Amino acid sequence: MAHEHKLEIFRGLIKFKSNNTKIWGIFTFLSIITIVEVAFGIVKPELLVDNSFLAMKLLNWVFIILTLVKAYYITWDFMHMRDEVKSLRRAVVWTTIFLLCYLVMILLIEGDYIYEVYKSGFVKFDF
Amino acid sequence: MDTTVVKTGAEEKTWDGGNKPLRASYGKMMMWFFIVSDALTFSGFLASYGFSRFKFVDAWPIADQVFTHFPFLHGVDAPMYYVAFMTFVLIFSSVTMVLAVDAGHKMEQKKVIFYMFLTIIGGLIFVGSQAWEWATFIKGDYGAVETKGGKIVQFLDTEGERVAIRDFALHIPTERIEHEKKNGLWFQSEPDTVTSFSFEEVKAGFLANEDLLVRIQYKDENGHPIVLSREASIAKIVNDGKLVVEGANLRHNEYGTPLFADFFFFITGFHGFHVFSGVVINIIIFFNVVIGTYQRRGSYEMVEKVGLYWHFVDLVWVFVFTFFYLV
Repeated sequence: MAHEHKLEIFRGLIKFKSNNTKIWGIFTFLSIITIVEVAFGIVKPELLVDNSFLAMKLLNWVFIILTLVKAYYITWDFMHMRDEVKSLRRAVVWTTIFLLCYLVMILLIEGDYIYEVYKSGFVKFDF
Repeated sequence: MDTTVVKTGAEEKTWDGGNKPLRASYGKMMMWFFIVSDALTFSGFLASYGFSRFKFVDAWPIADQVFTHFPFLHGVDAPMYYVAFMTFVLIFSSVTMVLAVDAGHKMEQKKVIFYMFLTIIGGLIFVGSQAWEWATFIKGDYGAVETKGGKIVQFLDTEGERVAIRDFALHIPTERIEHEKKNGLWFQSEPDTVTSFSFEEVKAGFLANEDLLVRIQYKDENGHPIVLSREASIAKIVNDGKLVVEGANLRHNEYGTPLFADFFFFITGFHGFHVFSGVVINIIIFFNVVIGTYQRRGSYEMVEKVGLYWHFVDLVWVFVFTFFYLV
């Protein structure tokens, strides 16, 4: 069943010889991402802090995208999602991502609205 | 098992339970069910953290001004290094777990034992680090003053370096009278924690020391907290100051809004509890591996299932790390 593993990552760019080397390869990759994240968090390059895209600093975009990359490889290779059938993969991943995006969108818009109400102070109670 | 389970002779037929939906075994499927629901719980927490943060977006504490400590390095400003270390520990324990699963597929009992042992050690180091992180956060370092409106005011010298209240507060000898039910309001009790200086002592020390300025919670357009001039600082402390805050608890937080501390305790606490239960489950499975249960059963799928849970805990930490410490 799960004994045969798919050993290609990066869409076939790297193919490992065994599952064991693949695990170490993924670990190296995840470590590099974490180091980059921490370095960015400490240095905070001006270029990324001062510019923003869609109302969010570029630096935060970098952090969130790197986090999603990390999450992808943890799920796909450590949790063996890569070796499961497509239907299981989609049932788990799409459901979660859909609900998560929905929840985050609602709560962040609402939070921002309350911030504006506090700031301008024109509406006293009706919000 | 053959003696306790009645066989119908139809196990291999699709409509008699012979089919595995999605080609995953029952146990693994149920673990995925649990993981999805648990993921939604965690995203609920993180989303509500985002909600509160957006609500007070111009006064939210900056994480690398809060988590600046490293064990055995006192007074060294080391933002985030310790959390980065914790992240590595957890990722590495994930690696040893997946190596244990891999060894299980090859039925190599010795290797499974070794890798599961390393996983458990990694989990314990992580939980211990989290306990240390909590203790440091609760204890605080510089101390601050809370205003009547519940905002936090921190002290700086003219160079912009933080100054601890214990370094400038004066000692005013006063007798502290303990609150008792019989001579006060019966429904009020003593505060849970008494700070080492009273507000009057901090105020007197602040007025006597010309070099001190205060920093308020609100940020300027570059995202740095605003530092007031000496006159404005005095006005702030004298007019608005109310009480001294040292460290953080659920009601007061010297680093900024109490909500930050609440979410910190709640989310990292809930995650730490997951790690703890993961370690307990790992230990149980570890002993099962040691006594050879799975070797006799001919399948190490149980290791695979706890492995799924363990990786999930790692996955959640990746998100907690980003949204609590980086963003």
